[in-house]
Amino acid sequence: MALSKTAHIVTAYGEELDQLADELARMGGMVETQLETALAAIVRRDASLVAGVREREKQVNAMQDDVEKRVLRLFALRQPLATDLRMTISALKIASDLERVGDLAKNIAYRAEDLAEYAPLSLLDQVERLGAIVVKQLHEVLDALSSADVEPAIRVWRTDDEVDERYNALVRQMLMSMTEDPGQVEPGVHILFVAKNLERIGDHATNVAEAVHFMVTAGPLEADDAKS
Amino acid sequence: MTDTSDTTSIRDAVSRQLPRRYRAELRFRAAGLAAVASAVGILVILLISILSQGLPAFTVNQLVLPVHLDRSVVDPEGDASEASLRRGAYSRVLQDAIRAEFPEVTARRDLRNLFGLYTPLNATRLMDDVLADPSLVGETYTFRMPIADDLDLYLKGRLVEDRTLATSGLLTISADGDALALNSSAPDFASLVEDAVATMRAEATALDARAERARNLAAELEGSDAEDALYEAERLSAQAQALREELAENDGRIELNRDLPTILVELSGVAVRLTALDANGRSASGEAMLGDAADISGAADWTLYVIDTPESRRRVSDQAIVWTRALEARGLVRTDFNTYLFSNADSREPELAGVKGALFGSILTMLIVICLSVPVGVFTAIYLEEYAPKNRLTDLIEVNINNLAAVPSIVFGLLGLAVFINAFGLPRSAPLVGGLVLSLMTLPTVIIASRAALKAVPQSIRQAALAVGASKTQSVFHHVLPLAAPGILTGSIIGLAQALGETAPLLMIGMVAFIADAPTLGLEGLTQPATVMPVQVFLWSDGAERAFEARTAAAILVLLALMIGFNALAIYLRRRFERRW
Amino acid sequence: MPDNQSHILDQNAGFGETEPPIKVAARDVCVAYDGKQALNHVSIDIPDRSVTAFIGPSGCGKSTFLRCLNRMNDTIEGARVTGSLKIDGAEVNDKSIDPVVLRASVGMVFQKPNPFPKSIYDNVAYGPRIHGLALSRNDLDGIVESSLKKAGLWEEVADRLNDPGTSLSGGQQQRLVIARAIAINPEVILMDEPCSALDPIATAKIEELIDELRENYCIIIVTHSMQQAARVSQRTAFFHMGTLVEFGRTEDIFTNPRDPRTQDYITGRFG
Repeated sequence: MALSKTAHIVTAYGEELDQLADELARMGGMVETQLETALAAIVRRDASLVAGVREREKQVNAMQDDVEKRVLRLFALRQPLATDLRMTISALKIASDLERVGDLAKNIAYRAEDLAEYAPLSLLDQVERLGAIVVKQLHEVLDALSSADVEPAIRVWRTDDEVDERYNALVRQMLMSMTEDPGQVEPGVHILFVAKNLERIGDHATNVAEAVHFMVTAGPLEADDAKS
Repeated sequence: MTDTSDTTSIRDAVSRQLPRRYRAELRFRAAGLAAVASAVGILVILLISILSQGLPAFTVNQLVLPVHLDRSVVDPEGDASEASLRRGAYSRVLQDAIRAEFPEVTARRDLRNLFGLYTPLNATRLMDDVLADPSLVGETYTFRMPIADDLDLYLKGRLVEDRTLATSGLLTISADGDALALNSSAPDFASLVEDAVATMRAEATALDARAERARNLAAELEGSDAEDALYEAERLSAQAQALREELAENDGRIELNRDLPTILVELSGVAVRLTALDANGRSASGEAMLGDAADISGAADWTLYVIDTPESRRRVSDQAIVWTRALEARGLVRTDFNTYLFSNADSREPELAGVKGALFGSILTMLIVICLSVPVGVFTAIYLEEYAPKNRLTDLIEVNINNLAAVPSIVFGLLGLAVFINAFGLPRSAPLVGGLVLSLMTLPTVIIASRAALKAVPQSIRQAALAVGASKTQSVFHHVLPLAAPGILTGSIIGLAQALGETAPLLMIGMVAFIADAPTLGLEGLTQPATVMPVQVFLWSDGAERAFEARTAAAILVLLALMIGFNALAIYLRRRFERRW
Repeated sequence: MPDNQSHILDQNAGFGETEPPIKVAARDVCVAYDGKQALNHVSIDIPDRSVTAFIGPSGCGKSTFLRCLNRMNDTIEGARVTGSLKIDGAEVNDKSIDPVVLRASVGMVFQKPNPFPKSIYDNVAYGPRIHGLALSRNDLDGIVESSLKKAGLWEEVADRLNDPGTSLSGGQQQRLVIARAIAINPEVILMDEPCSALDPIATAKIEELIDELRENYCIIIVTHSMQQAARVSQRTAFFHMGTLVEFGRTEDIFTNPRDPRTQDYITGRFG
């Protein structure tokens, strides 16, 4: 997250900003693991992983609180300006997005418990692929955050369309197989929920990408940026 | 843990040092207090000594004599014109007046002594009185004149040691040839006899001691020196011997001479000086000094007046003292405030000498200094401080001004002599030249003080004025100068006070001369010869008459008062114009 | 260097059509004190009826540039100003322009409140008096009252106009100085760190006053407080080592400065 090469004159101020960035990075890592675990639970039909996901969700919530407190403190005591101002503001937004991602991962994990009761579905591999893309998105955007680099952020922003397409395709196929075989309706709904949550996580990853872009360039991430 | 132990050791170290630090502080404060106290002490001693010396000069004993201004004497032409009045014989008027008091004095020598009770210069004063009021001619006029300076000192008790002895016996005086024989029914003269004998014995012993020393000296010396010393010793021994013999002679009768205290017997209107004392302490011989003493018997109301300072060792004769005491007894001597000190210029006669001339000279000189050095100095300072470009020339001028302030003042006197008097041909001894010289001397002080005052005005005031569109000159005269005014005033007045007290440069331009007339307070006074206060002090301190001692101190007091006035003015002006910023 | 300057001017151009007209136009202004360069080729266009803040570390030349605008540098010996500096199109450094006339239209407020040690009334009346702006005592009273009102000080001092100006509090003194400056109805008001000696409440009052005055005057303020620049100004110029590094809208400067030097200075990273 180092946006400037030179260190702050007030060391404590610099340290606080660094700590905020570290906290955010740890939160991102936690959420990433959460999502991976939740997906593994779905794909491997392993309900035993759910407890871990739930546990992490609580930690992520606590971390979001912590980030908010740190940002508040920085505003009140340090009045950050320019890059520091943008970084703090972005941290607030990113933390809230990450918290939502954590929530959604938890929801995915809950579906694993339900899905374990049914026979494996043929569409599961598509869910897995969608999940892989979203995980990669999340990973890249967190990389972008920690390296203060707009390139991966723009890439993530661009992959959002692909996620949407895949999600729509999956929904279509699921609906088709549900009309063909009513027995698939119940597990299908669960799968649809999982897919929907993954799509939402992709949206949040895009939000984070936009926040990172704003943090680094102070400008909004727009279509022309994406094309370049 | 190490931290706390470190702290304690530091604390220990500090507290170990502490008493020493406090002692050092205490020592310093004590030294400061001592310095202040000694300064104050010296000042107080100085002031007390000047006051005690000078205060008597502020009073004067005056003879208050009724003088008859006989028309034929004071108005020889008889037309009461000023020219005629000026030719009048006023000395004779005064002489007649004093002779009327002591009709028994007839011998020419005695008369000359009698007229010595006052200075003949008083005749001029009398003439001035008559000229001021010609209607006095033909009248009897009560004229006041200061008594001769030594007698004034005598009356103030500062000239001789004297005492008055009470008597208990009845006094009988009878003629004994040329002399008078005095007899008292009680041993009233006994203590005087003892005193005289003791004095003579002491004198003889002192002579013996000196003879002894001379002999010892002779033993150490050789040749003619030893002979001289031996001769001196013999002479002293002989003197001592003569004294002792005198004591032994005449049944202890002691002849009084000019080297012994004078003893006067005084009773109403009569004064007798004793010439010899009998050993019995009851009888004595004497000579009449005042009044008819030839036939007095059984007088009870008489006193012995002893002047312990022998006649040979004082400046006034017994006779003059007798006359003065008689005049005092008759109520013809009055103690007044010494207006002569302020209304007269310098005089050879201390009783008539005053500081008016010097005071006017000082005022005129200061006027020149104020008119020259203050404006020139202040404007120079303003130019140098506010306008002059900062370059080498300005630096040079600045250094020179600072150096000028350190030049000995006598050098300015030399400059004044060479330039103003020799080159420009200005009159000597004139306040104009004195003022010019003192202005030169004061200028650096005024410039330096004014510059400092201008420098002390905060730059922000100048900027404020400039920022609202004031020109440089407006900012200086509207804002900077008023703020610097108290400092400039103080500096200027300190410079003026310095000039007021300056003597040395004025000596060079002839302001040290004896000038009997005060210069007029006006333009013409600037070129009249004058002197100034400090020079007057210097002149009087050199005066031969003892009365000048007191006048010197009195003049110093006047000068001090002038200085204090100046400083008070400075403080007042400072308070008045001081503004906060 | 010239490239850099044109870039800065371009930024000005992009303010949009609602921007007020340019009041002060500087081109390649250089100042040297005794041959030592204090200001290097500064070119800037300062708009009218707005507040422009100059920020930058000490000795960066911002005050020097400010002093060029009313030729206060003339009073400093050895100062040499070159380049073109125009107020309303008139060349400030022109020989035909008398600094006294210039300063009558370019008021200045200093860091330390510096009222004259005279009464409050005389402080405000001084400028109109020396410039002969008031024909009668009534005129003068009117000018004094309206100036004090504009400076937001009238309520506080109306009943003690004859008290010395120095008896006021620091903030009141500074407002008195502002009243003194606007009494001669200047077009530009320069302020050299006007609040550095004041407490936050007095500072807030001055800032409020500056905000009100901006409707009628072109105000240029030098400040060391970034927050103050951010609060009161519409445009901010960042000076560094005698050059104008960046000039733009205040919100841009404080959220997204272009130049890394500005960035580092604003975020407190200066080496």
